[in-house]
Amino acid sequence: MAAKRKPRYSIFSLARNSMSHHQGWEKAWRSPDPKPEYDVVIVGAGGHGLATAYYLAKNHGITNIAVVEKGWLGGGNTGRNTTIIRSNYLQDSSAALFELSRSLFETLSQELNYNIMFSPRGVLMLAQTEHEKRAWQRTHHATRLNNIYTEWADTKRVKEICPIINTDPGARFPVLGGLWQPRGGTARHDAVAWGYARAADDLGVDVIQNCEVLGIDREGGKVTGVQTTRGAIKCGKLGIVVAGNTTRLTDMAGFRMPLESVPLQALVSEPIKPCLDIVVMANTVHGYMSQSDKGELVIGGGTDGYNAYTQRGSFQHVEETVTALVETFPIISRLRMLRQWGGIVDITGDRSPIISKTPVDGVFVNCGWGTGGFKATCGSGHCFAATIAKGEPDAVAAPFSLDRFSEGRMIDESVAAAVAH
Amino acid sequence: MTQPNRLDDGGVLIDRSHKIKFFFDGKPYNGHPGDTLASALLANGVKLVNRSYKYHRPRGIVSSGPEEPNALVNLGSDATHEPNIRMTQIELHDGLDATSQNRFPNLDADIGVLNAAASRLYPAGFYYKTFIHPRHAWKYLFEPVIRRIAGLGKAPTHPDNSQYEHTYAFCDVLIAGGGVAGLVAAKAASEAGARVILAEQTERLGGRLLVDDDAEIDGKPARVWLEETIAALEAMDNVTIRLRTCCSAAYDHNYCLLYERSGDRGEAAQVRHRLWRVRTARVIAATGMIERPIAFHYNDVPGVMLASAVRDYVKLWGVSPGEKTVVYTTNDDGYRTALALHEAGRTVRAILDSRKDPSGPLVEKARAAGLEIRPNTGIGKAKAKRNKLEQIETVNFDKPEAPGKTMYCDCVAMSNGWSPVIHLYSHSGGKALWDEDAVMYRPDPANPPRGKDAEAMVFVAGSANGELTTDAVVAQAAEIASEALSQLGMKTSAVAPSVTAVTETTTVPVWCTPSPGKAGLGGKHFLDYQNDVTVADVALAAREGYESVEHAKRYTTLGMATDQGKLSNINGHAILGKTLGKTMAEVGTTTFRPPFTPISFGSIAGRETGNLFKPVRQTAMHDWHAAHGADWEPVGDWRRPYRYQRGDEDRDTSIHRECLRVRNSVGILDASTLGKIIVKGPDAPKFLDMMYTNMMSSLKPGKCRYGLMNNENGFLMDDGVVVRLDEETFLCHTTSGGADRIHAWFEEWLQTEWFDFKVYVANVTEQYSQIAVAGPKGLELLGSLDSDIDFAAVPFMGMAEGTVEGCPVRAFRISFTGELSYEFAVPVSFGLALWEKLHAKAEALGGGVYGTEAQHILRAEKGFVVIGDETDGTVTAHDVGMSWAVSKKKEDFIGKRAMERSDLTRPDRKQLVGLLTEDPNEVLPDGAHGVENGKAIGHVTSTYFSPTLKRSIAMALINGGRARFGEVIQISTAKKKTIRAVICDPVFYDKKGERQDV
Repeated sequence: MAAKRKPRYSIFSLARNSMSHHQGWEKAWRSPDPKPEYDVVIVGAGGHGLATAYYLAKNHGITNIAVVEKGWLGGGNTGRNTTIIRSNYLQDSSAALFELSRSLFETLSQELNYNIMFSPRGVLMLAQTEHEKRAWQRTHHATRLNNIYTEWADTKRVKEICPIINTDPGARFPVLGGLWQPRGGTARHDAVAWGYARAADDLGVDVIQNCEVLGIDREGGKVTGVQTTRGAIKCGKLGIVVAGNTTRLTDMAGFRMPLESVPLQALVSEPIKPCLDIVVMANTVHGYMSQSDKGELVIGGGTDGYNAYTQRGSFQHVEETVTALVETFPIISRLRMLRQWGGIVDITGDRSPIISKTPVDGVFVNCGWGTGGFKATCGSGHCFAATIAKGEPDAVAAPFSLDRFSEGRMIDESVAAAVAH
Repeated sequence: MTQPNRLDDGGVLIDRSHKIKFFFDGKPYNGHPGDTLASALLANGVKLVNRSYKYHRPRGIVSSGPEEPNALVNLGSDATHEPNIRMTQIELHDGLDATSQNRFPNLDADIGVLNAAASRLYPAGFYYKTFIHPRHAWKYLFEPVIRRIAGLGKAPTHPDNSQYEHTYAFCDVLIAGGGVAGLVAAKAASEAGARVILAEQTERLGGRLLVDDDAEIDGKPARVWLEETIAALEAMDNVTIRLRTCCSAAYDHNYCLLYERSGDRGEAAQVRHRLWRVRTARVIAATGMIERPIAFHYNDVPGVMLASAVRDYVKLWGVSPGEKTVVYTTNDDGYRTALALHEAGRTVRAILDSRKDPSGPLVEKARAAGLEIRPNTGIGKAKAKRNKLEQIETVNFDKPEAPGKTMYCDCVAMSNGWSPVIHLYSHSGGKALWDEDAVMYRPDPANPPRGKDAEAMVFVAGSANGELTTDAVVAQAAEIASEALSQLGMKTSAVAPSVTAVTETTTVPVWCTPSPGKAGLGGKHFLDYQNDVTVADVALAAREGYESVEHAKRYTTLGMATDQGKLSNINGHAILGKTLGKTMAEVGTTTFRPPFTPISFGSIAGRETGNLFKPVRQTAMHDWHAAHGADWEPVGDWRRPYRYQRGDEDRDTSIHRECLRVRNSVGILDASTLGKIIVKGPDAPKFLDMMYTNMMSSLKPGKCRYGLMNNENGFLMDDGVVVRLDEETFLCHTTSGGADRIHAWFEEWLQTEWFDFKVYVANVTEQYSQIAVAGPKGLELLGSLDSDIDFAAVPFMGMAEGTVEGCPVRAFRISFTGELSYEFAVPVSFGLALWEKLHAKAEALGGGVYGTEAQHILRAEKGFVVIGDETDGTVTAHDVGMSWAVSKKKEDFIGKRAMERSDLTRPDRKQLVGLLTEDPNEVLPDGAHGVENGKAIGHVTSTYFSPTLKRSIAMALINGGRARFGEVIQISTAKKKTIRAVICDPVFYDKKGERQDV
C-alpha cells in the first residue's frame, strides 16, 4: 500500500501555493494507524531511525516498514543537538563511517527534496596545548590518508578563519593552531528528521507517532513483534534506534547493552547579526560554538556526571562551558543565554557507536552515538539499513559490532589517556 | 523637550522633581527617575521602536515587563555594547544611549520592509521547500543572505570590561516574586523561623498591588498594608530581600539560580551582574501571571498594547500611551484599564467586549462612568498611518462578514485573559494541567518537581497558581506557604490577612478575531510578534502534518524568540488545537526551559575570566623560572618551562644546550608538577596491587618501583614511580596532568568497589617541591652539598631521607633521562631555597637548568614512553614493550582480564619501535603515518633531532613492528612526499643502561 507520490517542493510550487494563501499544501507525512504486521519495525523516529527506514525502502526495496515513535518524530536527540557535522576522525573505521555520512549530507537536500540546510562552513578544532597540537597533527595525517580533506591551520590562519577567537599568546591556553575541515559544518536538525520522514512516507513507510513500545515478543530466540500503546504489531525484523533509551528497550528484548545513559547539556544565546561563520571546538577548555542562521550562538559542552533518563538542563556544565567560551571568544560576555536544555546520550566503553546484530535473532541495534550522533545520521541510517536488509553488517558497519567489546576491538576516538606529562 | 503623553499627575514610581536626559537613536529626550526606557519613550510619544525579524514590520512597545517581544534595543558601544535588551526592563539613567536595531537605514524608512511586500511567498517553513537547487547556492548565496537578514542586534566587537560575581547561599524557603503572594508567603515563612530569601525581578516590591489598589487587606487600604508588610519583613533577621533579582531557574537537587542585575543603571558599578547559586529546601514561586494578547488583523501596529501594560504605564509612571484608546477585552480586568484611563482624563473611545452579556462590578463601574461598551464585538482589523496606529474597524462576532464601525484611535488596550507563570514549577519536571474553566495552564499538584528528599520542591503561590482576585491570591498564598513549611516541620504563627476585593468573572478568550469583509485568508493575525508568526502560519503547520505542538513550534518558530513565547504560546497552541479539532489538553504544551529571562554569559563566567580562568598553578620556583628566561608550556593546570631562553636565541639552540648539559655535566629540572598521592593503610599494598599492572606489595620499604596503570579496558592510562615509605605507606607519583584524575580514580574504586579496604588516599602534589638532578657530574654536585646522606650508597631505585643544605629531603634515585639521577622532594616552603642552592652548584660544574622539551628528548633517546604521546587510550603495556611491568603472578588487577581478550593479544598489533630516517637530518613530522600498499600501518608518536646522537630519532607504533627491525618503511607527510626510515629498537642511547645505574 504505497502512498501516493507527493508533489515536489520548489520555488515554483511555493509561488503557485501563495496564490491560494497556502491552503493547498499536502501533508508532509501521513498519520497512519499501525497495520497488524510489517516486514521491518524500526523503534524510534529520530533522524537515525527515519534514515534507516528511508534507505531500507530506497536502497533495499523493503517498503513494508513501520517506524514507531513514543512521542513526536525527531523529538529526541535529533531535535536537541548542536547540529555539527564533521568527519575529521582519527581511527580508520570512524573516518569511514562519519565521512560516508558527511558526504551524504552534501546532497541530502536534493535527495530528499527538502532543504535540510547543510552548510559546509567549516569546522575548526583548536589546539591549545603542545600535546593537543600533536594529537590534531596526527589526526590531520590520518584524515589525509583516509581521503578526508583537512588542513593544519597555524595561529595566524585561525585568526583569519575566525576573527573573534582570542589568539593572544599570553592567554591562559594560547591558541597554537587548529585542525580545519572546510567541508564540515552544520545542518538544520529538525529538517533532517522531517525530510527523511517525508521521503520515507513517500516510499510507503508508515511513521507512527505517539506509539510507545511496551514489550518485545520473541519465540525460540527470534523476534516476532512488539507490544505498543497502540496494540500489538508483528514484524520479521526489529531495529532499535532509540539512543538514550536503548537499555530500556533491550531489557524488553532480554539482553543487556554495554551502555550508560547520561544527560548532555546544550544552550543558545539570543540571536545577533552574524559574527561566527564557522564551527569552533575548543577541547582543552571544554566548549564548542557555532552561530545558527537565525543568529543564535549554539553552544555545547559536557555530559553530566551522573546517569539519568531525564531530558533536563543542569547548570554545572553550562557554567564550565560558558566560562571557557567567554575566555575563547571575549566578545560574547555581554550576550545572554536564552535557553538551555538536555538530551540523554548513550555512551559506550570506547565512546564509539554500536551498529550490530544482537543475541536475539532478527533484532538489530543502532546506538551508542554518545555526544556525536547527529553528524552520523545519514551514514548510520545507510549502513544500518544494509545491516537489517542483509542480516549481516556491511563493510562500514562491521567494525562497530557488539562483539568488539568481548574481543577488545575498541574504536577509541577520545584518545582517553591523552594526558600532559 | 516636553513629554506629550505624560499625565499631569499619578505615577507612583517616578520622581517628577528630577529630569533625566537620555537618547534614543541619537535624539535627546527627557524622563524621570523611576522611569523605564519604555515608559519614558511612551511619555515622549515615541511609538515606533523596532522592526520585526522576518517581515521588518514597524513595531511598538506591547508590554511593561519581561514578556516584551518587540521593544528590543542596543545599549552602549564598544566594550559596553549590548544588543537585544528589553526597553521595559531598562531603568532610565543619565546619559542612557539606546539605538534601535534590525533596521536599515533607520526605523522610519527601513528597506527590509520590501520583504514584507512579498510576504505571501514566505509562509511558515518556506525555506524548507526552496533554496534546494542549485546545490552550492545554499552555501554561497541563499544562506549568507538569510543570515544577514536574520539575527537581531549587532554582535559586540570588544571584550567586556565589566565585573561579574558569583554568590552562594542556603535557605529554607526561596520566594520568587515580591508581589502580594510573595509577601504573604515571606511573612508566613519568616514568622515560622525559616531562613528566607525573597527575590524580585523589578526594583520594587508589591507587584500588581501598586497598580490595582482597589482591595482592602486587613481592613486597610492595600497600599498601607503593603508598606507595613515590607517594613516588617525588612526588620526580620532571617529574611534577605533582593530586588532586581530574577529567580531564573530551579534545577534538580534543590539548586536555584538568581540573576541579580545590580549594576545596569549607568553608574560605575563594581559588580554588574551577580549570579546567586542557592540551595533551598523549598521554593515558593509567587511569579504572577502574564496577560495574553488577542489575534486580529494587523494586531502588531505600534499602539496596540496589552491592557494591563497600558494600566501600568498610567498608574506606575503617569504615562498614557495614547490620546484615544480602544479597549478590546474578553474579561472583566480590561475594564480596569478603561477606568484608569478615564480617571486619568484620557479618552476611552470604546470598550469592545467579546462576551455577549458582560456584567459584574467592574463592568457596572465603567457603565456608570459613561464609557461606551460594545458587547459581542472585537477588533476586526487595525490600520496604521506613518508607522503607528490610526484606526480600527470593529467586528461583530455573530456577523463577521458585515462591515464594522471605524474608530479613530492611537492606542488599543487588549486583554485575553492570563497565563500563570509556572516556569519554575516546570524546569525540573513539574507538570501543568489545562484548566478549561479558568482557561489557563495551572500547576498540577499531583506532579510537582521533586527535590532531593523526593518531596515537592516548588510550591506555586497566588496568581501564578491561577488565582485572579486579591482575596483568592492572599488566601492561597498563605495556605501554600504553610503547606511548604509543614513539610519542613515548621509552623507559622502568621495569620492570613483578610481581604475584600472586587469580584470578577472568568475570561471567554478569543483565539483569533474574524476580520470584517474580505481580509479572510490573507490576514496577518500575529501570534508571535518577534518572530512574525501568524495564525495562518500555525494553521499551515497543522495542515501539513506538523501536528505535535513541538513540530508546530519548530516549523513556525512560534515561541522561539527571545521572549520564549511568554505572550504567544497559549494563543498559538489554541490555534493549533482549533485547526486539528483537539482540546488544549490534547494539544499539550512545549517545555519551559531555564532561564526564565535571558542571563548574561558574563554573569555565568563570573570572576573566572582572564588570569582567573583556570588559575595557573605555580611551583615554588615559578617566579625564578620566569626571571631566568622560561618559555612556558601549559601542562595540565600548570605552566612548565619548555626551555630557558638566553638572549634572543631560537628554540632549538636552547633545547640542545640543555640536553647536552645533562649528558655531559649536570642539569636540574623542576619536577614539582608530578602528581604525588599518598596511599596509606593496612590494605594499601593489596589496593595498589589492583591499581597497578605490576606488583607493589612486594616492594620493600625505602625502595622505588616504576609502575603502570590500566583502565578497565586494559589500556595504559598513567605511569609513575611508586615509593614505599613504610609498611603501610606508599607515595605514588603520577603524570603532571594526571594527579587529580588518578586521585579521583583511586577514590572511585575505594568508594564503590573496595569500600571494605582500610586505605586512605591523599593528594599531596602541592605539598612538595621536587627537583631532579641528572648527569654524569651529579654525584660530584651532591658530594659538594652539606648533607647527612651518603648519596653514593643509595642504590638505583633506592631512597634516602635526611637533610640537604638545611632542608629536610627525601632523595629518590630514579632516572627519566638515562643519566645518573636523583630526585629531591622537599616541603614546598624549602623548594626555592634548595633549587637556588642546587642551581649554583650545577653552574659551578658547568651545568644548569633544563626544561620539559630537553627532558622529552632525553627520555626519547632512551626509549622511555610518555603516557599520552606513546599511548592514546588504545595502547597496552605489551604494545609499548613493557610486558616486564605486567605481573604474571597477581591473581587480578584492573584491566587484567581485558588484556587477555583476542584483539589485545593479536601478534600484529601496533607495537612501539624506533625509526631512523635514512637522511639523518630529516626530522619526521609529528603524528605522520607509515604507509604500505596505500594503507596506514602505524604512526609516529615522538620525533626529535637528538643533539646527543646528532641525528633525527623517532618513536612509532607500527603494526607488528617488533618483528620488523631493520626494515625500511615509507612515512607519508602532508607535503605530498614520503620519507624513508628504518625500523629499529626504540632505545637509541645507552641500551644497557650503564649510565643511570653506575
